[in-house]
Amino acid sequence: MAEQMMAADGRTLKSSLNRALRRQKLRALLLITPLLLFILITFVVPIGQMLFRSVENQIVGDTIPRTVEALADWDAATDPVPDEDVFRAFAADMMVAVEERVHTRLGSRLNYETAGISSQFRRSGRDVEDMGEDLTAQFTALDPAWADPATWVALMADPDWIADSATAQTEPAFVVADAARDALPRTADIYADFARVTQVANNDSPTEEQPWNVVYIALYQDLIANPAPQIAGAPDGLLGAAGAAAAGFVAPDIRAAFVDSDAGWGSTVTWQTIQTYSPAYTSSYFLNSIDLKQTPDGIEMAPENQQIYVKLFIRTLIMSLTIMVSCILLGYPVAWMLANLPSRQANLMLILVLLPFWTSLLVRTSAWKVLLQQQGVINDLLVWVGLVADESRLTMINNSTGTIIAMTHILLPFMILPLYSVMKTIPPSYLRAAKSLGATNWTAFWRVYFPQSVPGIGAGSILVFILSIGYYITPEIVGGTSGIFISNRIAYHISSSLNWGLAAALGTILLAVVLALYWAYDRIVGIDNVKLGG
Amino acid sequence: MQQVKNDEAFVAFERVQKSYDGETLVVKDLNLTIPKGEFLTLLGPSGSGKTTCLMMLAGFETATHGDIRLDGVSVNNIPPHKRGIGMVFQNYALFPHMTVGENLSFPLEVRKMGKSEREAKVKRALDMVQMGDFAARRPAQMSGGQQQRVALARALVFEPELVLMDEPLGALDKQLRETLQFEITNLAHQLGITVVYVTHDQTEALTMSDRVAVFNDGRIQQLATPDDLYERPQNSFVAQFIGENNTLTGVVQDISDKSCTVRLDSGDVIDAVPVNVSAVGDRTKVSIRPERVEIDKTRLQPGAHTLKAEVLEFIYMGDIFRTRLRVAGMDDFVIKTRNAPDQVRLTPGTKIDIGWLAQDCRALDA
Ligand SMILES: Nc1ncnc2c1ncn2[C@@H]1O[C@H](COP(=O)(O)OP(=O)(O)OP(=O)(O)O)[C@@H](O)[C@H]1O
Ligand SMILES: [Mg+2]
Repeated sequence: MAEQMMAADGRTLKSSLNRALRRQKLRALLLITPLLLFILITFVVPIGQMLFRSVENQIVGDTIPRTVEALADWDAATDPVPDEDVFRAFAADMMVAVEERVHTRLGSRLNYETAGISSQFRRSGRDVEDMGEDLTAQFTALDPAWADPATWVALMADPDWIADSATAQTEPAFVVADAARDALPRTADIYADFARVTQVANNDSPTEEQPWNVVYIALYQDLIANPAPQIAGAPDGLLGAAGAAAAGFVAPDIRAAFVDSDAGWGSTVTWQTIQTYSPAYTSSYFLNSIDLKQTPDGIEMAPENQQIYVKLFIRTLIMSLTIMVSCILLGYPVAWMLANLPSRQANLMLILVLLPFWTSLLVRTSAWKVLLQQQGVINDLLVWVGLVADESRLTMINNSTGTIIAMTHILLPFMILPLYSVMKTIPPSYLRAAKSLGATNWTAFWRVYFPQSVPGIGAGSILVFILSIGYYITPEIVGGTSGIFISNRIAYHISSSLNWGLAAALGTILLAVVLALYWAYDRIVGIDNVKLGG
Repeated sequence: MQQVKNDEAFVAFERVQKSYDGETLVVKDLNLTIPKGEFLTLLGPSGSGKTTCLMMLAGFETATHGDIRLDGVSVNNIPPHKRGIGMVFQNYALFPHMTVGENLSFPLEVRKMGKSEREAKVKRALDMVQMGDFAARRPAQMSGGQQQRVALARALVFEPELVLMDEPLGALDKQLRETLQFEITNLAHQLGITVVYVTHDQTEALTMSDRVAVFNDGRIQQLATPDDLYERPQNSFVAQFIGENNTLTGVVQDISDKSCTVRLDSGDVIDAVPVNVSAVGDRTKVSIRPERVEIDKTRLQPGAHTLKAEVLEFIYMGDIFRTRLRVAGMDDFVIKTRNAPDQVRLTPGTKIDIGWLAQDCRALDA
């Protein structure tokens, strides 16, 4: 066994070397800290958030918590439409959501999974306010005090809160008394929401507003469950009378009210959707991204006419590869010329190669539109030369051909530059040596020059491929429907359909595909074989 | 086309000119014949056109004018890969993506040689340069000297009759250069190949070559064997370029067939051999090697002219003493004396007389 090398002070050589290097490393780290922070804040964190969105689904549980709870025991596969309890819970949730104006957002979220739900939410959002008004009328008929906000405050408010609000300038946040929670749990629960919404969303005071109808429904439910609730300090006889009368009230039919408002509420599909997507985290965005769908019977393929993403991913990959290969074929000779011309001419050519960078991407892409369209320059030329008949002009735009042509042009410099910088480092003496050894021009190129330029091809290919796989503007302008990329779909979900979860899932998959390809490339070619120069 | 095989002219340059830019001639009227088996060195200062000549011979540059013949056949229209000339480059030009063995088998592969034959030849060539154990290495894993040995083996492995080497030892240290110089000359003679060797190191040229062509300004200034070149330079450029040399300028005062006298610009008169002066009154540079200057009057021919000199500096160099003198108004006259037991060591300030044998002092062009 080799003896460990010792430094003068008796430590091992390795540890004293490490100690000496540590300071250097720390200093180097300090130098890059600003950049590190910048990247962290502007890049890593937003991307992390975006990725998080692809599984996040708290909106359902947050918006309709009572409904989610009430639906827990409902079996989507066997049970009919949920019972009145679920609808009452839903009415309460909806009332809060409507007042806070978040019910349409939930509608849109669920609409991603089942088309049509969005309009159900919107329509019933308008109607929910009036649901149960008959019941409210019965309470107020029994005792007009039920219509008085003060009665409710007296029943519900915490004594401390009453004392505080008497002295404070602005009303403190409403606090429900524990006694009320014990005696009338449902009522206290929804009343707390009512008080909060009144104070925060509507900038009003619960002392001046009559509660929503859904509060009366909750009270009715509480009184049916316990006809004689005891709350210390409640107005005399009020609760007792109500408790005694409640059993004789005409029960509200919220289910009928909802179905009346929108027939969709009478369908199990709606409730299945709500139940399936109630957990806080979901794989549904990812499933949707690969044309799958979560149903009560497990995961199934999406309907034929909605299967677009897998196709789009494959198309994106194939077209990116095509663009990459075209770039290699077109860029290699150019880079070769650049590397072998005298420097004056080479510089001029390099400027020509870089010229596109100085022109707006939009202008260049639009120029291709002009060139490639059916009445465009290239078709005119082909017709004039006689290669193409006037009736059968080529379609080169608004399809994948257009995308490939325009993107090859735009990404070409990213292939040429790394190729050039690698070729620049290959001395001409290698080719001469090969020829002097008896190789023909072709053999010398293929066996000696080409292998040494492979690192440049590798670097250029990675650049072009990764850039093109996420390209957006060009396919959007010249791609039509058959030439668009997955990124166009992502952009659509971000800016038009506002389905950010799906956009995030698609983006995550794209990222994973790129990383996987990178890994495969490293395994096959070796990332050490990639050179950007030197 | 002339197909006659001519041993005297295995390689021939005839009235070859070369211009890169159409304005200046880099090679001017080059005439050179190289017999089979000769080790010829092109020696000259940087930019004198040595590489250009080599590249024209190898086929990587075309002559603007004139004819280059190889084994009696004009090669002007033969592409490089068909000329069958081995080449060794200054930067070795070993293919970095191939192992040493693959580098060597490359010329055999392109000649469609069978595998076993290839392997045998590669092994033989590597053994020849003592690199038999390195077949699996890549060029980057070897030292400069080892790479150059491999490059040499690669240039020889396909058994070319002519091998060109362009400053192959330029990047190596002195000791290694000397070893390799010796090995290269040995190999060349052993294999009987013709070698055209380019260098701007005169010692290398003198020790290795059968003949040396001194280049300057696109022309061959002198083509001669090493000793001729050193002892009998034909013009002042060659005299200056090869070895150390003292130059004095003056006018021919008297001239006969074998000898002449020259009146120096200082007024002193000396004896010299006329080389390229022809008439009285010609301006001339006389050249005298430092080791041929005599400080011991008794060893001079009676009646020989002497010059007054003052010692400026004495340098002890081990095997020799190098003394700088002021002679005829010039401060850079150098003499070299052997470090022998009876040799005097001149101290600065001493005034002495110096002289030389007339045949050692050559009156060249001005
Ligand atoms: N490809 C070229 N294009 C233009 N001029 C060139 C080219 N190659 C060489 N020259 C010029 O030709 C002249 C001779 O060059 P050459 O390379 O033959 O010199 P050399 O004797 O080999 O010098 P060195 O000892 O520095 O290698 C130089 O002035 C050089 O600038
Ligand atoms: Mg040279």
